[in-house]
Amino acid sequence: MATTAPGNLLMTTVERAANWARTRSMFPATFGLACCAIEMMATGAAHYDLARFGMEVFRASPRQADLMIVAGRVSQKMAPVLRQVYDQMPDPKWVISMGACASTGGMFNNYALVQGVDQVVPVDIYVPGCPPGPQSLMHGILTLHDKIMAGEIRV
Amino acid sequence: MVDEKTREKLDIWVAGTEEPQFQPTDEGTQEFGLDETDARLDDQFGRVVSDDYVFDDEVAEDERMVVNMGPQHPSTHGVLRLQLELEGEVIRRTKPIIGYLHTGMEKTAEQLTFSQGPTNVTRMDYLAPLHGELAFSLAVERLLDIEVPPRAQAIRVLMTELNRISSHLVALATNGMDIGALSMMIYGFRERESILAFFEKTTGLRMNHNYIRPGGVAVDLPPGWKDDVAAILEDMPRRLVQYDDLLKDNPIWLARTEEVGVISQEEAIAYSITGPPLRATGVDWDLRKAFPYSGIEQYEFEVPVGENGDVYDRYRVRVDEITESLKIVEQVMDTMPKGDYRIGDAKITPPPRARIDESMEALIHHFKLFTEGFKVPEGETYMAVESPRGEMGCYLASDGQARPYRMHTRAPSFYNLQALPIAMADSLVADTVATIASMDPVMGDVDR
Amino acid sequence: MSPVLEQLAESFESVTWELSHGQDVARVPREDWEAFGRTAKEAGFEVCSDVTAVDWMRQRPERFEVVACLLSMSHKLRLRMITTVGREEPSVPSLTPIWPGAGYAEREVWDMFGIRFEGHPDLTRILMPDDWEGHPLRKDFGVGSVPVQFKASHQVN
Repeated sequence: MATTAPGNLLMTTVERAANWARTRSMFPATFGLACCAIEMMATGAAHYDLARFGMEVFRASPRQADLMIVAGRVSQKMAPVLRQVYDQMPDPKWVISMGACASTGGMFNNYALVQGVDQVVPVDIYVPGCPPGPQSLMHGILTLHDKIMAGEIRV
Repeated sequence: MVDEKTREKLDIWVAGTEEPQFQPTDEGTQEFGLDETDARLDDQFGRVVSDDYVFDDEVAEDERMVVNMGPQHPSTHGVLRLQLELEGEVIRRTKPIIGYLHTGMEKTAEQLTFSQGPTNVTRMDYLAPLHGELAFSLAVERLLDIEVPPRAQAIRVLMTELNRISSHLVALATNGMDIGALSMMIYGFRERESILAFFEKTTGLRMNHNYIRPGGVAVDLPPGWKDDVAAILEDMPRRLVQYDDLLKDNPIWLARTEEVGVISQEEAIAYSITGPPLRATGVDWDLRKAFPYSGIEQYEFEVPVGENGDVYDRYRVRVDEITESLKIVEQVMDTMPKGDYRIGDAKITPPPRARIDESMEALIHHFKLFTEGFKVPEGETYMAVESPRGEMGCYLASDGQARPYRMHTRAPSFYNLQALPIAMADSLVADTVATIASMDPVMGDVDR
Repeated sequence: MSPVLEQLAESFESVTWELSHGQDVARVPREDWEAFGRTAKEAGFEVCSDVTAVDWMRQRPERFEVVACLLSMSHKLRLRMITTVGREEPSVPSLTPIWPGAGYAEREVWDMFGIRFEGHPDLTRILMPDDWEGHPLRKDFGVGSVPVQFKASHQVN
């Protein structure tokens, strides 16, 4: 009697399979605001290719996206718009706060900016830099993938 | 089984009974319409395209629809919100609403010293950061009444012209992507990477460099810079040929960009438009030729000028400007003078780090310059440079302290956006995207 | 001074001319602001590059200075016209009817400083949210900074 499963059978839990599917085809929503948006576009371009992670398709409509990369400085006028776009995204959704201005207000500690996007939306990963190079952003995205695969971020 | 008579009446074919009779019938065809002349058939079959979208007769006010576009939309020009009043597919009125990226940079500038100023100004127009730093530094140097050494001026010209190339590459990339030529996006960013790699080697950062400071530049060019620049110079012309192959005579591109978003010369001058949108209308105005700065008059280059002021001409002007910038970069590379990369005045520029260990004076200067900053005498001035978007100027008023009393940036995209309602009047919604892309606004510049 | 500017100087007696680090500046009293603008446009200053303001708080007798930078493409000249406005209900005639390009810049000055422009077609807030109170670039409007650990407080002169 065989005591091991045959070689063409894979066993896993539903949660791990779902996490695997979620990380391998995350669709970012376009939320490029300022300088970090250019680096985000460079990450999606040919040299630092985001397509190899299945993410080059930046969905314009938040209804079709599950990752919001807040790239750039969020002004007081933009904060309600940011919240509305976040609310329009369906679950499961994740937020990466890219850059110093999105994470903490950056070098602009003044009346015009929201000091950190986590005052408006819940953030999963903070990517520091001004602007963070494409390698830093990819490290942040891959860290998010690892966290989801490991089950640390429950959705 | 159906009997013969019914079958005849119903004219049906029953399986297996007799040979199928495939007779051509008129069943299913429809009359083409009342008017079956050739002209109408031509129109219906698409042999002749008639522009019957634009209505000449007035439609009542309440039949117009107000539609909001933005501030978060896929056309990658940042957070611009457009309020469009539509009549069917035609735009009758439009109002750009800005302020979604307002960062209070002019207020922040009053809190930062003059040598920290470039870190602030560089983030305004984030696609041409070196031009912003140059405008600010020129204004400060004007107030200080100092001249930077020739090598610093040449380095400034080299870096700003490379920045112009990289900014126009982004403009072409987003222009192409918005209109549908998605591969243009990949091409533009691919070339940009080589220029950004050079910037990273020289200034330390890919973007927002804080390199051009009052008194000169931050550090000297790295050894071997000539090889990197020569590689860029060799690569770019081949790539420009690639872009022309994709776009220049492409009938879809021509149909989408010719006679779209037209601005006339008088309108452009009245609305203070500068840069490629102005030159595309036929006005030969470039600050590098009219009010030269930083020693740029030594280099030979031409200013490309368009004719019609439409999206196609703006695209052509930008592509030709890349070629002209390559010429300038080559001349700078060949004639780079030796010498100091910043002015020797110890009251303004910090000493080299190695000297701090040796000399007490150097240590004190370093300390004073980085904690308090150098004081600039009272006065006010306005200095402008030709950024890839137009005239970027810096109005600086000082009251003798170490921080600017008032720093204001004349942002080219701010003024270019005023012409959007003119350019988009009576055009289609699809042309909106093309027009905005061709004006190339950078919202960091617009909102500051 | 170039002949174009000399001609302008002759038409307006009340304007004082100075050279600020090599750049021509015309200090125009508030009453002549619009007339000077029109004459300058006819004299060849086709473009108004910039309109901005400075808040001199208590350092000068009149609180605000409104600065308009003009550009003549045909003569290759720049001219700066500056006027002063007091602190009570500051208002200046608008240059938008003369140069439509000044429209947004004047809205920004209204938004940031609170200086009204008479004759402007649409004087509303442009950079700040519509319901914002206060005019941020005035010197008595604080920076609005959030206290941050390990950083010395910002100095306000």
